[in-house]
This record gives sequence, structure tokens and C-alpha cells, in this order.
Amino acid sequence: MRYIDDYRDGLLMKELVGEIRKISVSPVVLMEVCGSHTMAIHKFGIQSLLPPAIRLVSGPGCPVCVSSMGFVDKAIALSRMDHAITVTYGDLIRVPGSESSLEKERSNGSDIRIIYSLLEALVIAKNNPEHPVIFPAIGFETTAPATAAVVKKAAKEEIHNFFVLSAHKIMSPVLKALVDGPLKIDGFLAPGHVSAITGSSIYQELADKYGRCVVISGFEPVDIFQSIRMLINQVNSRQPRVEIEYSRVVKPEGNPAARRIMNEVFEPADEIWRGFGNIPLSGLKFRKEYDRFDAEKIFPVKVPEFHEPAGCRCGEVLRGMIDPTACSLFAVSCTPDNPIGACMISSEGTCAAYYKYRKLT
Amino acid sequence: MCLAIPAKVHQVNGDSALVSIGNVEYKASLLLLKDVKEGDYIMLHAGFAIEKVDKKEAARMLALFREIEDSKTT
Ligand code: SF4
Repeated sequence: MRYIDDYRDGLLMKELVGEIRKISVSPVVLMEVCGSHTMAIHKFGIQSLLPPAIRLVSGPGCPVCVSSMGFVDKAIALSRMDHAITVTYGDLIRVPGSESSLEKERSNGSDIRIIYSLLEALVIAKNNPEHPVIFPAIGFETTAPATAAVVKKAAKEEIHNFFVLSAHKIMSPVLKALVDGPLKIDGFLAPGHVSAITGSSIYQELADKYGRCVVISGFEPVDIFQSIRMLINQVNSRQPRVEIEYSRVVKPEGNPAARRIMNEVFEPADEIWRGFGNIPLSGLKFRKEYDRFDAEKIFPVKVPEFHEPAGCRCGEVLRGMIDPTACSLFAVSCTPDNPIGACMISSEGTCAAYYKYRKLT
Repeated sequence: MCLAIPAKVHQVNGDSALVSIGNVEYKASLLLLKDVKEGDYIMLHAGFAIEKVDKKEAARMLALFREIEDSKTT
């Protein structure tokens, strides 16, 4: 597509970097919230092109990384039930719970299938009516509407053996938790594809009440440089607001049809995040009308309490408190081939991004 | 995980569409996005179209970035 190349135009990038250098006057901390932004920033070596006063830190926007160990343990326990078929997007399969992972369970004989679209799960459910088909669901507002749409379809088609273990999360409560935390964040590079669903209003409070600058950014290098430039202009003018750089995809009102479907099936509930603990009303759980799809209610399991692997500082990484390089295990005993914490396991995790592109940055 | 990729719409069949990314064809569910037409670009996420790509807006923003650069350099 033509526009992708345009948004990687080297000349335009150079101009933007020059402009950023000109307007960068005081130290600022900017957080990118989305794992895809983290990957792009490292892939294109963006930090190294910025003036030293601008510090980019990564936030909690990788859904795999912020999934609690308790959630993974539950998914594993459900996959061990007689006749159960677990369906999952590829991201989750390697994430360790307290004593196993879905990948290990699969090699031990559990029926665990990687799907590309959740609609495939309904086909599997129809073809295997005697088997409970269980979907451990992670992801933010980008992903939750698709889960809701498939649940509604299952209801309509009277499929009774499809269940969802929901660890879906919403974006704005965790941003507020960050702003209340110890790290002073001047501006947020807000996630483009979450915002395509939510629209820009979920960030308004960050600007109006907390005085933080927000720019909703696309994922190509020109997008990211332009968004950083818009953020620095906001900081300099002392007029924090919410702007959309990624306007070719994100509308101020978002995608109301997708939100309607999501809100019809799910409602906000407390949720545990790795690195943060419980954040009030930051998760999405089933509404009563859709109870019968809720794996948590239909197959209650008890799991041990949440704990991080010894020495792993993923929790601090997710809150932007430290760079992965500050973790003594980074690139020593913790590598993508032999990951210790979730931030290294997910291909979008901050530790994985630092590792993969560590020569460039 | 929140990755979404622009895909070109070739054919709309009820609540799904045939789309392509480069030379590879995919099926995209339209359960979350209405009014999709042949020739549109949509953002594809985990098999679902989540939003359209506004081609005019893409061109407008690029022109805007370039204009600012030009006015700075002249
Ligand atoms: S490098 Fe590994 S052990 Fe250290 S914080 Fe990252 S994931 Fe955890």
C-alpha cells in the first residue's frame, strides 16, 4: 500500500528529527503504551535519533505481559479437563504459569489449538459438540469486541460448548494508575488501534485533570516522529490536550458499533495486572445475560497465589520504572530462547524488544 | 497483539469480505464494521475489520507534514 512507504520516507523522517531537535528545550519523559509502538521504536532505532532530553519509556501495553500468572494457571487447569479443547491466539501459548505453560500442556497431550480468528473456534465447537471449547481471552479494546461478536454469534447459533475465560482489559484505568505512580510521565504516545475502537475521549481526563499530553499515534516511523513532535509542542506550550496523529485510522468517536457489541456482552470489573496488582474496573467480565459462556463461572478452579519468577523485574519494566538492561538477568540468563519473565516471552514485550534490537539502540 | 494491518477489500459477502495484504488473500469478518465497499482499505485485526483507512486523510496528513517542512526550509 502506497501510504506505508510514504510513512517510512527517510527524508521526511530526517526533517521531523531536525524539527524535534529544534523544539526540544527541557527534559521530558514520554511513555509509549502499546507493545507494537515499543517494537517499532526499537526496530527503527528511534530513541537514538532523538535529542538526549527526550526519554522514551515503555508502558503496560503488551497484553501477554500484563496477564497475571493466576490467569495463565487457570487456562492451564481448564486445558487439563477431560475432553477440553483450548483455542488460543499464538501469543499466549508460551507464557508460563506457576508450574507449566499451555505449550508444555500441549506436548503432554492436551488438545490446544492455535487459531488466527476466533470465528474458527465456533467451527471447532460445532464439529466437536461433546467437547468444551475454551478460549482464554487477553487483549485490550482492540481485541475484546471480536470476542464479544463471536460470543453473540454463538448465542444466536445456540452453540452450547463454547466458553471464554476473559482477562480482557481496558486501557484508561491503567493509565490513571501510572499517572498516580512514582514515575513522572509528561506525555503519552497513545495506542492507535485501541483508540480506533475507543476514540479519543478515554484520554480526556489525563489531559484535563492530570495535565498530561496525549497524542494518538500510528505505527510507522514518520507517525512516531510526528507524534513525538506534537507531544513536545504540547509540553512547550503548557497546554496538555488529546490530539490524533493517526487520523487516517482513528476517528475522535472511535468505532461505536464495535463498542456497542463489546458493552453488550462485557462489563467493567476489577482485574489483576502483572506489575500493578488489582486495578479497579480495569477488566472486562461477562454480563449476566451471557453468563453461560463464562468459563470462570461454569468451570470454577482454584489456583495458587500470584508470584513473579525469582529475580525478574518485569513488574517494574511494565510501569516504566526501569529499562530491561537494569535487570541483572537480562541477556544473561533471560533471553527470548530461554525467557524467564513475561516481558521477554511475548514478541512485543519490552525486554524482547530491547534484546532483539539491542545493537541498534 | 494489538497489531492491525491495512488490507484491500475485493469482495463483500454479507458480514464477511475477501481482502488482500500484498498478494495474500484473507477473509475478514465485518461484524464490527459496517458500510464496507469494494476498493476500501480496512484495518484487519485477528480476522476482524476494526476500522476503515481514510485514504483522503492519509494524503492530507502527509501533505501537511511536507508543507510544514517546506515552509521551514524556504
Ligand atoms: S529481562 Fe527477563 S527476568 Fe529481567 S525483567 Fe525482563 S523478563 Fe524479567
